[in-house]
Amino acid sequence: MSWLSDEAISRLQAASVLPDVSGTRYRLVERIGSGGMGAVYLAEDSILARRVALKVLDLPDAPGELAARLLREAHILARLEHPGIVPVHDAGTLADGRVFYAMKFVEGRRLDRVAEEMTSLPDRLRIFQRICDAVAFAHARGVLHRDLKPENIMVGPFGEVLVMDWGVAKILESRENDPEARNPKPLASPAKVFPVQPAKTAHGTVLGTPGYMAPEQARGDVESLDARADIFSLGALLRFLLDPRPQQGATTLGKGLDKGANALAMASSSFWGILFVPRPLAAIARKAMSEDREGRYTSTSELALDIARYLDGLPVSAYPENIFRKVARLAGRYRVAIALVLTYLVVRAMLFFFFRR
Amino acid sequence: MADDTSIGAGSGKFPATRWSAVLAARSGDPAERSRALEAIVAAYWKPVYKYIRIRWGKSNEDAKDLTQELFVRVIEKGTLDGFNPAKARLRTFLRVCVDHLVANDAKSAKRLKRGGEAVHLSLDFPAAEAELAHANVSALAGASPETIEDFLEKEFIRSLFALAVEHLRQLCEQRGKQVHFRLFQIYDLEERGAERPGYAELAVKFKIAATDVTNHLAFARREFRRIALEKLRQMTASDQEFRREARALLGVEPE
Repeated sequence: MSWLSDEAISRLQAASVLPDVSGTRYRLVERIGSGGMGAVYLAEDSILARRVALKVLDLPDAPGELAARLLREAHILARLEHPGIVPVHDAGTLADGRVFYAMKFVEGRRLDRVAEEMTSLPDRLRIFQRICDAVAFAHARGVLHRDLKPENIMVGPFGEVLVMDWGVAKILESRENDPEARNPKPLASPAKVFPVQPAKTAHGTVLGTPGYMAPEQARGDVESLDARADIFSLGALLRFLLDPRPQQGATTLGKGLDKGANALAMASSSFWGILFVPRPLAAIARKAMSEDREGRYTSTSELALDIARYLDGLPVSAYPENIFRKVARLAGRYRVAIALVLTYLVVRAMLFFFFRR
Repeated sequence: MADDTSIGAGSGKFPATRWSAVLAARSGDPAERSRALEAIVAAYWKPVYKYIRIRWGKSNEDAKDLTQELFVRVIEKGTLDGFNPAKARLRTFLRVCVDHLVANDAKSAKRLKRGGEAVHLSLDFPAAEAELAHANVSALAGASPETIEDFLEKEFIRSLFALAVEHLRQLCEQRGKQVHFRLFQIYDLEERGAERPGYAELAVKFKIAATDVTNHLAFARREFRRIALEKLRQMTASDQEFRREARALLGVEPE
């Protein structure tokens, strides 16, 4: 047995990590990202001569748990045809046994990397509205994302906004009896198609990201999760967009704070950082991130509507107004008309005094 | 020698995908247990020998004796019965056993000299010693525990990859794919610095098409990866541990 040099070991590691795309229509270009389940590669579709992104498991998955999860993600994406959700093109198993799916290659930047550069608050809110649109569409199709965070939002060069990484998405109970929802027909693929098992997350399993998880999600109350868990995450996303600086106190689960307390601590402490944002927006974020889910918005559309009303200078449901606040809001909304009337009155007054002399 | 124990797989057969040597080493079935211990010794004896030489600065003769004694204890005295996969990795457990063994070196040496150990493992120590010449031993002298741990991990990867390469060679021979293995050897194993032969050059050398070079290499790498991961699975007790170790083995970023 010959000795393997460090260089040979590095080469073997690199060669072993790369997915074996032989026998498929894809040619690897480069690795562009990695996640909990696997890696994402930029690839060339040799038949359609276009670039795609391949999401591939890093390792063969003997129990099939991760493979089923990845394919489930592909199937969920396939049924969520929406401009704000990345479309899936193909799925299957590579020659080396690894499960993959091909999706549109999104040329853009992650929201967490681009948010600080966006100086205009209305621009940031419009991005948030598009995120809400995509999530509302998914909810209407009975799908919870369960991991909404800036890292999972891509912003394209022409303002496109795409919600990515549906790896821990959940099909709501009301759709569980829908055979298409649970176990959709496998996609045609040049590679072998892996059989899909309906995935159920066990009670007590925590999937999500601290700081963006609803308290009930952080506690692992899997069965009781509904759209309001995503609404909490949207509230955290709004909070981030209002104050995109790195959050203080972000921590990982199990390090000092218990699961529920972690999410709550993040939710409450974060508002210290947004003292200078408009109060109606802070109130919207606070309502969306209410500890008690009964206090949150009942639907994503309702949340999006409040944002739209704020942008239009209208009152928002999360922020009750007294007379002074109402006057201030109306003054802001009609500031141009008010300025014109005031200018007119000043000029009239000046002319009156001038000709009177 | 009649007492010699055969080490290392030579049959070219691959274990079932989910078979774990770590679990089977405590099996009540002597054949299963023997097969498991053989797999563990094959993967770990070189890293252990090098660890004793580097960490404890023992002479090659002392290191040979200590390595022999450690694995004789593993095989004959059920040392692995005290191993709990839920608490530690096998590599860490063996390292702790080595440290204890070296600490009691004097007693062990006396016992060996009295001929207390009947079983003698057939291990290729000159090869391990030659490999050690490639390591920068002086840089590791007095190194921190973390550096030594990294060294042990790297040597384990080297040992496991070497076993996988050997199995791949046997597999290619059995299937009449010697050219596949030779291409893999030249392109991925040989030390050439930054310069590697191009596919066209290899195609000319082996009198095959350039596309065949691509396909042959893809086959060899695919099989190598499969064999290496199978061998790693043997050294782990759970799927979770396997995934964690596989990421380290393949240099994949941690989850």
